[in-house]
Amino acid sequence: MPEVITQSEASASDANLDLESLAADVVVLAVKAGASDAEAVAREGDEFSVDVRMGQVETLTESGSRALGLRVLFGKKSASASTSDLTPDGIRQLVEGAVALARITEEDPFTGLPEAEEFGTIPGDLGLSFDDVYSLPGEERIEWARRAEAAALAADPRITNSNGASFNAATGRMALANSRGFAGGYRTSYAGISAAPLAKDGNGQMQRDYWSSSARRLRDLESPESVGAEAARRTLRRLGARRVPTQQVPIVFAPEVARSLIGSIADAASGDSIWRGASYLAGKLGSEIGVSGLTIIDDNAMVFPNGVGGFGTSPFDGEGLPSRRTVLVEGGVLRSYLLNTYAARKLGMKSTHNASRGLAGAPGIGVGNLYLEPGRQTPEEITAAIPKGLYVTSLMGFGVNLVTGDYSRGATGLWIENGELTHAVEEVTIAGNLAEMFRSVTAIGNDLVFRSSVAAPTLRIDGMTIAGA
Amino acid sequence: MRWNQERNAAGRRKLKSRMNVKSASPVPGAISGHRRYFFDKFGITERLLERCLGEALSAGGDYADLYFESVTATSLGVDEQIVKSASQGTSAGCGIRVISGERTGYAYTDNLNPDRLLHAAKTAALIASGPAKQPVQGFTETRAADLYPVPLGGFDLDLAARLELLLRVDRTARAFDSRIVQVRAGYSEELRRILVVGSDGSFASDTQPLCRLNAFVIAKEGALTTKGSAGAGGRSGLAQFVGSKSPENLAREAARGAILQLGAIPAPAGEMEVVLGPGWPGILLHEAVGHGLEADFNRKGTSAFSGLIGRPVASSKVTVVDNGTMAGRRGSLNVDDEGSPTQETVLIENGVLKGYLTDKLSARLTGAANTGSGRRESYQSIPMPRMTNTYMLAGEDEPEDIIRSVKRGLYAPNFGGGQVDITNGKFVFSASEAYLIEDGKITAPVRDATLIGNGPEALKYVSMVGHDLKLDEGIGTCGKNGQSVPVGVGMPTIKLDKMTVGGTGR
Repeated sequence: MPEVITQSEASASDANLDLESLAADVVVLAVKAGASDAEAVAREGDEFSVDVRMGQVETLTESGSRALGLRVLFGKKSASASTSDLTPDGIRQLVEGAVALARITEEDPFTGLPEAEEFGTIPGDLGLSFDDVYSLPGEERIEWARRAEAAALAADPRITNSNGASFNAATGRMALANSRGFAGGYRTSYAGISAAPLAKDGNGQMQRDYWSSSARRLRDLESPESVGAEAARRTLRRLGARRVPTQQVPIVFAPEVARSLIGSIADAASGDSIWRGASYLAGKLGSEIGVSGLTIIDDNAMVFPNGVGGFGTSPFDGEGLPSRRTVLVEGGVLRSYLLNTYAARKLGMKSTHNASRGLAGAPGIGVGNLYLEPGRQTPEEITAAIPKGLYVTSLMGFGVNLVTGDYSRGATGLWIENGELTHAVEEVTIAGNLAEMFRSVTAIGNDLVFRSSVAAPTLRIDGMTIAGA
Repeated sequence: MRWNQERNAAGRRKLKSRMNVKSASPVPGAISGHRRYFFDKFGITERLLERCLGEALSAGGDYADLYFESVTATSLGVDEQIVKSASQGTSAGCGIRVISGERTGYAYTDNLNPDRLLHAAKTAALIASGPAKQPVQGFTETRAADLYPVPLGGFDLDLAARLELLLRVDRTARAFDSRIVQVRAGYSEELRRILVVGSDGSFASDTQPLCRLNAFVIAKEGALTTKGSAGAGGRSGLAQFVGSKSPENLAREAARGAILQLGAIPAPAGEMEVVLGPGWPGILLHEAVGHGLEADFNRKGTSAFSGLIGRPVASSKVTVVDNGTMAGRRGSLNVDDEGSPTQETVLIENGVLKGYLTDKLSARLTGAANTGSGRRESYQSIPMPRMTNTYMLAGEDEPEDIIRSVKRGLYAPNFGGGQVDITNGKFVFSASEAYLIEDGKITAPVRDATLIGNGPEALKYVSMVGHDLKLDEGIGTCGKNGQSVPVGVGMPTIKLDKMTVGGTGR
């Protein structure tokens, strides 16, 4: 076994380089074992998290782990394996295992690595990793979680209990190498703070909600106090919730739920569903699938003006193709599917550089930073124009069928009466069909904020059915 | 209940009495095969376990445990009539937990060398501060049931036999109807070995097989496209895939579901009578009451069921149990992930709330008995109270009479996923196969719809309970706080006098 593998165990200062060597070495071993092509991914991560509840530390976790994944190709046959055992013995078993499995798979004419000229990595600093996420001393980390919870508990006497608050930080390193000459790696960092208070009203009704702030850089986190206060505000406004009768009224999706609708479009546009015909968007390329104000972008190369990369940013995708911006929907017209190499070949197209990569298995398809372009109206203007409607703040369940587009989910939110947000609403469902819903978008807010890798502004959709009392 | 307690008491066997810290080798002949795995493969010794526990308690913790886990997994896929994918994975690691009052310190490592284990123990120990106060008790091996044979796993599998299952799914689904245009079949299995030792002297090991077979199809007719899926599995070998779990039956079920959807009309919207079919619709219980009865939420007073023990929460026809001791079932375990034997726990008896599901921490803090419900996704996760197989006991009604009693309503024999907000009790679950009931007869199939209700109220509207209790086919996975664990559900045919159906129709 090459020396370099033991080195990767030893050196912490240049772990990234070591992972890259490790991945490259495994590729070499696989080719030596007879593979016509091979691709290896090595990952390493560390995490710290503290949960505080009612002022006391509840859990404290600190740890790290590593793993290695390998995909081998024998002509048009492929198989894969993964392991957490990075000893020479473990790596030998990894290679042998993958090679043995490749014997039982059959030829798939569309399988294989990308062509060598397609590989690439975005140069320069994408602002993905910042050392400051671990800069807080241990006691201070606990204190941040405590402060977030304390702010929530202090917000109102009706906040009587708590599911706790947390602070967490993590760093990750990944490396990808293949037998066609690609080798790359990068580091990521993350810090987060959240609070989840409970409120109780005079009738004994209990409600919970939460709020959080995440960042790649510690100093970009919102203050613990503001996270706690927002969590309290969101929890308190759920008190007094009641059902509303079954009816059709305009639905306003708050940004934190509108993002899931945009996520559904991306899922439906995923090449794997498209070539199978398992999507309501299959065959709709170039067709109008939404209103003219609907423009959806996936940009896995996004760097914000402050030099920090988006949560979905990376220098290359899961197959080693350089990250880039893809216009998914432009002015309501479906402009592109989301494709990795396999789906692209199935459809006679080119990859959109949206390959995702787990440890084992063939590359999947994933989004980078996916967002709906903002409109002009403020959220207040959108609500003010509605005589009767539902402002949705959270959704429950899995009732989205991407094949038929049928949509039916549990919803909670606030009732809109004469343009004003009034009482809280719960235990109702909202239902429609994605194909019709995106053609019935009647307002898009100007409030786009990237709180995660998928983001959308406030969205109004007409024609959906509320089922309730 | 009592039978289980007796079995557990009798099943604990002294391996060696503590005090004798130096004795490094266990009693000859007393080492079980499960435990031997970690001792042999990773060089773990009883002495090392004691040292790690001692280190974990060195800063004054009340309790510590070590959870060793080794998993090997294999998956195979047939897609478009091609054996397209084959994959295997292996992972091993140890999670070390220290409890001090209500505080938990946790650290894990995927390197099982003694110095890494001791380092992790030291990290977890820091949840407490002070001098060591708890000694490590001598180990007493938990002798648990033998609920599953262990022929699965490892990488020396008979892959051909597994591929044959997939090809049978593929052939049957394609032959079912010319409108079936895509067929995908997947098989996955894993073998999970665990060793859990606690500073209270608990010492348990287990080897847990788990497998599943899935069929997924797409049907097309004109401009309409629909999907259908079915699956089955459990903690036993390939011999389980016969009868209702046979590849042919799964293929037909998936294909039938997709073809049915081609002719489905919009689901109705609003409150109506709902009849749930037997088996997988038991997800209702999992969401409506199960999660709300997990002791961690109740200990903290954050569940809608907090403080309701002894109070009616369902109609008197409803008795719900959580049972981790059913042979071969997906949700079953010989011991939970804290090393405690699993049991049958009555949650609701004749409509009255009887008990919560507890783990070591919540049992200790609330004074309740430990129901053996401490589960975790992997060595990287802290255990918490979870369900195993949750089901409603059979009643006396004829399923046909139940349907006949409904003037206008919904009959839902199959579901996808569900979700619950345990604090306000609101839950949803999504029907993947449902029909209108009109004047006592099942009529038109309807499109996918979510049903919504309030946990502490919903089961009060159960007015009829069939005699046809059925458990699901063994493909359920439950998520809580980011951790997924395999579970089972079950139910006879039941009628709810009212529930809200989230369709778009009239």
